[in-house]
Amino acid sequence: MPEPLLSLRGLSKHFETPRGTVRAVEDVSLDIARGSITGLVGESGSGKTTLGRTVLRLIEPTAGTILFDGTELTGLGQHEMLAMRRRMQIIFQDPVSSLNPRLKVGTIIAEGLRAHRMGARAERRDRVAALLEEVGLQAEAMDRYPHEFSGGQRQRIGIARALAVEPEFIVADESVSALDVSIQAQILNLLLDLREKRNLTMLFIAHDLSVVEYLCDRIAVMYLGRIVETGPARPLSREPVHPYTRALLSAVPQPDPKVERDRQILQGTVPSPLDPPSGCVFRTRCPRALPACAEAVPPPSIPGPDRIVHCINP
Amino acid sequence: MSAGPILSVEGLRVAFRSRRGAVTALRDVSFTLEAGRTLALVGESGSGKSVTSLAILGLLPRNGDITAGRLAYRARDGRELDLARLPQSEFRAIRGREISMIFQEPMSSLNPLFTIGDQIGEMLLLHEGLDGAARRKRVIEMLEMVEIPAPARRIDSYPHEMSGGMRQRVMIALALICAPQLLIADEPTTALDVTVQAQILDLMRRLQREMGMSILFVTHDMGVVAEMADDVAVMYAGAVIEQAPVADLFARPSHPYTRGLLASIPRPDRPEGERLVAIAGSVPPLGSLPSGCAFAPRCPLATPACAEPVGLRDIHPGHRVACIRAEEVLADA
Repeated sequence: MPEPLLSLRGLSKHFETPRGTVRAVEDVSLDIARGSITGLVGESGSGKTTLGRTVLRLIEPTAGTILFDGTELTGLGQHEMLAMRRRMQIIFQDPVSSLNPRLKVGTIIAEGLRAHRMGARAERRDRVAALLEEVGLQAEAMDRYPHEFSGGQRQRIGIARALAVEPEFIVADESVSALDVSIQAQILNLLLDLREKRNLTMLFIAHDLSVVEYLCDRIAVMYLGRIVETGPARPLSREPVHPYTRALLSAVPQPDPKVERDRQILQGTVPSPLDPPSGCVFRTRCPRALPACAEAVPPPSIPGPDRIVHCINP
Repeated sequence: MSAGPILSVEGLRVAFRSRRGAVTALRDVSFTLEAGRTLALVGESGSGKSVTSLAILGLLPRNGDITAGRLAYRARDGRELDLARLPQSEFRAIRGREISMIFQEPMSSLNPLFTIGDQIGEMLLLHEGLDGAARRKRVIEMLEMVEIPAPARRIDSYPHEMSGGMRQRVMIALALICAPQLLIADEPTTALDVTVQAQILDLMRRLQREMGMSILFVTHDMGVVAEMADDVAVMYAGAVIEQAPVADLFARPSHPYTRGLLASIPRPDRPEGERLVAIAGSVPPLGSLPSGCAFAPRCPLATPACAEPVGLRDIHPGHRVACIRAEEVLADA
């Protein structure tokens, strides 16, 4: 793998609550190569959103390191971190609640430029116009308000806002989940175009495996705060190794009535992150669990090129 | 084969009264649900699929009116009823007993102040006059059928004590306790995680096999359609634009919109590096629909003739489509 732009080592985020410690993210290590898109998949409560925000230090990690282009982020002071933020941006799921309804689209997009003192006033308008066109909207959109746009168009505005400060790295958190499928395809293709043109590096967080398989170079699968399997997108989705990845993939309904699948239906639901199982976190629902699975967190093994899986009985 | 249709929707129009005048939500909805089968009503946001299911249930909001069309329903006693003109008093006797529903959000459909046993049992009291121990026994049996663990204990649980998947099982138990002949399921698995969705779809298939009800399955997910449906009706901007048996629809989509929708879905068997074909533009807002084909502004095949109104026609037996150029769409596929 080429030199990673982002390297996570032993990253954890715990939340203290009256009922105990919620282990939202536990001991996550992950490398993301420059110019690549890594998909982070998992179901509700897997910790994928918390991980995405911890990477940007929008949430402070409890333990572990975040190395971004050679700089360790966890030790940075507020000012240094602010400078780093220009290089790292986020696109949210819900384009309605993440755009201020009282501001014009142009003001929303130029906000980052002002915050980071990029360009003179007059230049900013041109920059915003160019950005709007880059994401497939008309420059005139800058003088209108968010509510005048459809869901797909608002997501384009969110993308333009993230791109304004010319980041190298973007966290996209469920950025197409709220969109209809025909609009979703437009946005996915836009993200692919932008990656090519700007050599963007992306962490794409999603629960939809078909979308992740289409967009991403690599996939990391999360369950109950831990990454259980990572690998190149196609091999991982064609030949998943971890029993959870296998169950997750077999649960996705395929848009083809001719497909007869032997589906593995997982029993039960995800245990509470307040009290995760000992050893392998998946063992309580795993059809292949052994007594040894309760004893220790499974160490990484390498089932194929560039692949890592945490399972002692795959 | 089939025992004939249990529900025929013919030319249904629904309008909502608003301060700015009437807004047409459904322009021309027609489809047929054969007894014992599952019909998927599929469409994107704003297509009118939920309004259609509310109209069938007689649950349109107060400012919504059926302005034209028929909802021909074959009741259990053999009578044919037009649900579009059924008085509410008669509807109450049918709803829950003959025609039942499950919605996307089980939490907002269940009453947080009553145990699930009370809520499921109420249906039996209302429709069958069943009470006491007999009622409790039936409820426990139903909870067992929807695979809720320890049903004799869970019957006394409150909705908030259960997970999303378990609550959806409770909704299904509530909908099926009186053994309805028609179940309307409006995006029943959309709010659930994919592994839980698989459990619920599996359960619905098994219950349909055992109880033999007909299902109108409203969804936006073509994967769920492929898995659940016998027949499919595709909606766009307040109209059904294509209906066909599921295999036929996926193999021979004949409306440019259906074809575009299928091409927008990422599939695992797609050649590596091949881009998705997105449909340009977005759905027109209700209230500003064109008089002709509503898809024409986004359609790569649109001609001036598409400005004329277009209705469903048979392109081959059992496959209906509302497009004047459907033959070319088919030939090109």
